[in-house]
Amino acid sequence: MSRDVGLTTVQMAEFVARGVLAFDGVVPEALNARFLEQLRAPVGDSDRTLSQAYSRITRNSSIPKISPGTSLPDCFQPGDCLHDILNLASVKGVIRSLVGDAPVFDHHFLHLTLGAENEPRRTSRAVSQHNHQDSTIDPRQAFDIQLFYFPQAVTRAMGGTRYIPGSHLRRVSEAAIARYQNIVGQEHVVCPAGSLYVFHMGLWHGAGRNQSTEDRYLYKIRLGPNAPQVRLWNDVDLVTQPDSPRPIFWTDPSHKDPVADHLMALEPWFEADTGRLELINRLKLWRYITGDPKADVDYWLTRIENEWGLP
Amino acid sequence: MAARQKVLVLYLATSALDTPVIGWAKYDGFGDSQPMTGDEDIPPYKTGVDALRDGWRLIQASPLVSHASGEEFRTDYLKYEFFFEQWQSIETRL
Repeated sequence: MSRDVGLTTVQMAEFVARGVLAFDGVVPEALNARFLEQLRAPVGDSDRTLSQAYSRITRNSSIPKISPGTSLPDCFQPGDCLHDILNLASVKGVIRSLVGDAPVFDHHFLHLTLGAENEPRRTSRAVSQHNHQDSTIDPRQAFDIQLFYFPQAVTRAMGGTRYIPGSHLRRVSEAAIARYQNIVGQEHVVCPAGSLYVFHMGLWHGAGRNQSTEDRYLYKIRLGPNAPQVRLWNDVDLVTQPDSPRPIFWTDPSHKDPVADHLMALEPWFEADTGRLELINRLKLWRYITGDPKADVDYWLTRIENEWGLP
Repeated sequence: MAARQKVLVLYLATSALDTPVIGWAKYDGFGDSQPMTGDEDIPPYKTGVDALRDGWRLIQASPLVSHASGEEFRTDYLKYEFFFEQWQSIETRL
C-alpha cells in the first residue's frame, strides 16, 4: 500500500498532544447506508427496549464475534461492511500510522442510544454517561487506539460522544473520574455521516444524552500494536533535533514550527503546574514514536536531564 | 427547619481559591435540578472566590501532597478540588 495515505508528522504531533484525531465524512455514504441497513434489519422490527434491540443486533451478522488477540487482517471477510470500511485507503493509513499494518484486535462494540421518540422503550430516564477512561489503569508507553465510527450524521441533540482533549496521558482508574461532570474545553462529537474519530486509549470520554428523536449508532473498535510504534507515519519531514531550536519564554514570533506548536499547546483545563507535566509526558511519548531518545521541544526534558553541563 | 443540601464541586487551576475554575460538578438534594455529565460547557463561576461571594460555603479542600520519588511527572486526577455546600429550606416550596 502506498504510504502517502498515512498521517503527517503534524497530525501525529496533534495526536500525541490531544489524544484524538477527527476525520469528518471519511466513509462513503453508500457504505454508511449499508451498515445502518444491516444494523436495523430485519426491516420493520420493533424493539420495545434497549436490551431487546441489543438482543436482535447481536444475533445478526453485521458485527462478527471475534476473539481478542486476533490479527486485524484476519478479523473481517472481504465484502463485509466493516472489512470494506477498515480497508478504505485513508482509514487503513490512519491505522497503520498509529498501530501498524497488522494491529491486534482487542474488542469491538456497537453503542446504541435510543431517541426521545422511543422514550417508552427506555427502562429508565435517559441520562448521559459519566466521564471515564476505558479498560483499567494502563501504565504502558505503547498505546492502543479506539476508532469511533459514526455511520449517521450526529447533531448536538443526539448526544454524540463527549471527550476531554489532552486527558489521555493521565493515569486514572476507569470510572474513578465520574465526579468530573464538566471540564473546560470538553468537546461533543457533532459530525457528518461516515465520520471517524481516533482516540488514544487513555482519552477521557462518555456518551452524551440523546435528546433527539433519532436512535444514535456508534461502532467502536479497539486495536493494539504488534510492534514498536516507531515512525509508522509519513515521516519524511520529521526533524526531532533541529539545528537551532526555537527560543523559549522570550520567544521569536518569526520562528514557525507547527509540530512544536501542537506539542506545546496547553489545554484550557490543565492546572498551572500539571500542565507542564503534561508537556513532559507528551515529549516522552514523542520520543517513543520518533525513536529518538534525545528528542525535545522547548527544553523541557533536556533541562531536567542535565546533571553537569551541556547535553 | 427541614432543609436539603446542595453541593458544588469546583476544580481550580491552582491551590488558590482565587484562580480559574477548570472543572465542576453539581448535586442537588433539593431536587430542583438534575445536573448530569456534559450538561454545561461554561463554568458556573470564574473562580472559587466568586462561589463564596454567591453564598456557597467551603467545606473541604484537597491537601497538597508530596510527589513520590520516581512518580514526579505522573499526572492523574484533577489536583485542586474544593467542595462547597448550600442548605435550602424545603418549606420554601410550600
